[in-house]
Amino acid sequence: MSYSQPPAAPPLPKLPKAPTGIAGLDEITEGGLPLGRPTLLAGAAGCGKTLLGIEFLVRGVLDYHEPGVLMTFEESADELAANVASLGFDLRGLEANGQLALDHVQVDRAQLAEAGDFDLEGLFIRLGYAIDQVGAKRVVLDTLEALFGGFHNEAVLRSELQRLFRWLKDRGVTTIITAERGEGHLTRQGLEEYVSDCVIVLDNRVVDQVTTRRLRVVKYRGSTHGTNEYPYIITETGISVLPITSLQLDYPVSSEIISSGVAGLDEMFTRRGWYRGSSVLISGTAGTAKTTLAAAFALAACQRGERTLYFAFEESGPQLIRNMRSVGLDLQPVVDSGLLHIEASRPTLNGLERHLVTIHNRLAEFKPSAVVVDPISNLVSVGSLLEVRGMLTRLIDYLKVNNITALFTALVSGRLGQEMTEEGIASLADVWLTVRDLEGVGERNRGLSILKARGMAHSNQVREFLLTDDGVQLLEVVLGAGGIITGTGRQAQRLLEERQAQAHAHELARKERELTRKRLVLEASIANLRTEFESVEEELRQSNREAEAQQHARQGLASGPASLPSTQPLG
Amino acid sequence: MIASPRPPNSDEAPEFIFQLFITGATPNSARAVRNCKEICEHYLAGRYVLHIVDIYQQPELVREHQILAVPMLLRMEPLPHRRIIGDLSAREKVLEALGLPLLP
Repeated sequence: MSYSQPPAAPPLPKLPKAPTGIAGLDEITEGGLPLGRPTLLAGAAGCGKTLLGIEFLVRGVLDYHEPGVLMTFEESADELAANVASLGFDLRGLEANGQLALDHVQVDRAQLAEAGDFDLEGLFIRLGYAIDQVGAKRVVLDTLEALFGGFHNEAVLRSELQRLFRWLKDRGVTTIITAERGEGHLTRQGLEEYVSDCVIVLDNRVVDQVTTRRLRVVKYRGSTHGTNEYPYIITETGISVLPITSLQLDYPVSSEIISSGVAGLDEMFTRRGWYRGSSVLISGTAGTAKTTLAAAFALAACQRGERTLYFAFEESGPQLIRNMRSVGLDLQPVVDSGLLHIEASRPTLNGLERHLVTIHNRLAEFKPSAVVVDPISNLVSVGSLLEVRGMLTRLIDYLKVNNITALFTALVSGRLGQEMTEEGIASLADVWLTVRDLEGVGERNRGLSILKARGMAHSNQVREFLLTDDGVQLLEVVLGAGGIITGTGRQAQRLLEERQAQAHAHELARKERELTRKRLVLEASIANLRTEFESVEEELRQSNREAEAQQHARQGLASGPASLPSTQPLG
Repeated sequence: MIASPRPPNSDEAPEFIFQLFITGATPNSARAVRNCKEICEHYLAGRYVLHIVDIYQQPELVREHQILAVPMLLRMEPLPHRRIIGDLSAREKVLEALGLPLLP
């Protein structure tokens, strides 16, 4: 008996999908709407249901070469064509090319009498005729529920609608059916009972006087999908659903190091800069040179030849250039050469989503390597903290996927804390710098420190820095008795040290002189002693000699007769 | 298009012109044709023209006449246009819509 390896499980068949071509929607639905099946699009008035449907058709024709049928029950085809012309959708042109069929179905109960059993075969024939006319692959029915206003006999209508959806499936056309949002139901007439393959709900909410439109995929049979509510907006080019982002954290990363634009700051990182494609957050209280640091980064990026996009939410472009010139950062040449683009706008001008889309659009147009958003905290004025966080998450995701280095500045409100940055995007930032006031006796100084830097070691010191005519200068660390010393304290400390050094030198010289003196004294006394000794020695020798002479004489007398010659008479 | 079984007198224009839109030989359509002819013969003998249109054969007419539900009886003359949907089995409603008195 042979042991055979069980055959590897075949890759799971994926549900075939029809890409909508609508920015963001295909990401959320992981490829598009279910191919050849109906999708229900429910939403309140003013959500852009019709627009989404039309964009689905137009993109289908233009991007995927799939002709479409637009059957409207509310607006006439002329009205629709005029409405969407401002978005650049030329319905009449597509119709003339035979790529799109427009049909306006008038439903008017007043002109209609019901006398007996009927069915909606007319609608089927009409739709089938339009589909055959252009060879449609996509159909939009907008808004089918208008039929409920046209007929008394709801039972017939419901069974006919059920048949219609079945029929659409059999025809294999990808269909969007729009419906009004109802109380307690997704749709007013409960169409969700019949369309069970995919249900998307659009929502229009006003919070704090700011309107946000949101899209949610309620149900997608046979497929996974993003389940959150995603904001979307209607732009000049159609619908744009956010995020245009990766739902997974699986983007490639770069190990290249790029400079922060401030030499001293680079030194604080062990790898002398931060990674390309990382997101950097600079947070700090007002007037702590966040913008200057950001401009230095932007300028350095441009000087490396990288395209840089600067979103200024506080200053106009010219003002920013003027101000930065005062600290030796001349942005004008790189603006002129087209490497740096400054996009200045008031945050309150738009809602958050529109900001995000503007940013996305600019990113797509300009294709920068580095992006500065200065500051992100201003965006809170147009959205709640939660929304801003959501927006920034999506933005950072997008930037990371595209390996764009991003620098954000954030204003924090002094003592009250850093809730904006801490709960906000701190977890998204790879590098987090804080700049702060080091407030001492009667003065403020700027200090910079690194709170975190993913993937590399970094200095733990709070470094004082100055804005000089040559840009940002980090000063050497000066340690005093009570820790790091800044500002005039730094000067005082230096003077003190100088004085101490002088005193020390004086003391040394004095001691040297003292020693010399001592040596002289010592040498003098030694000479003195020697002289004394010599005189004593002299004396002793003298007396010794005398004593010796006497001794000699005495010995000579005692042995005189024997020894002395006899001829020598005695005296 | 099927011409009415009994054309009106050629010297005067017919008072009533009808178009009945049906879908082939479905039960509803068959009943509608039968009911329509009965009503016309009973109430408008000699004063009408009835065209019976099978929209399976002429789908382009569906859009032209804004047809949704079938069978549909369209009164072309006299103006204004009247539309009656259904198999026309509810005779009182048909007559009411056409503005004709109910006869025994």
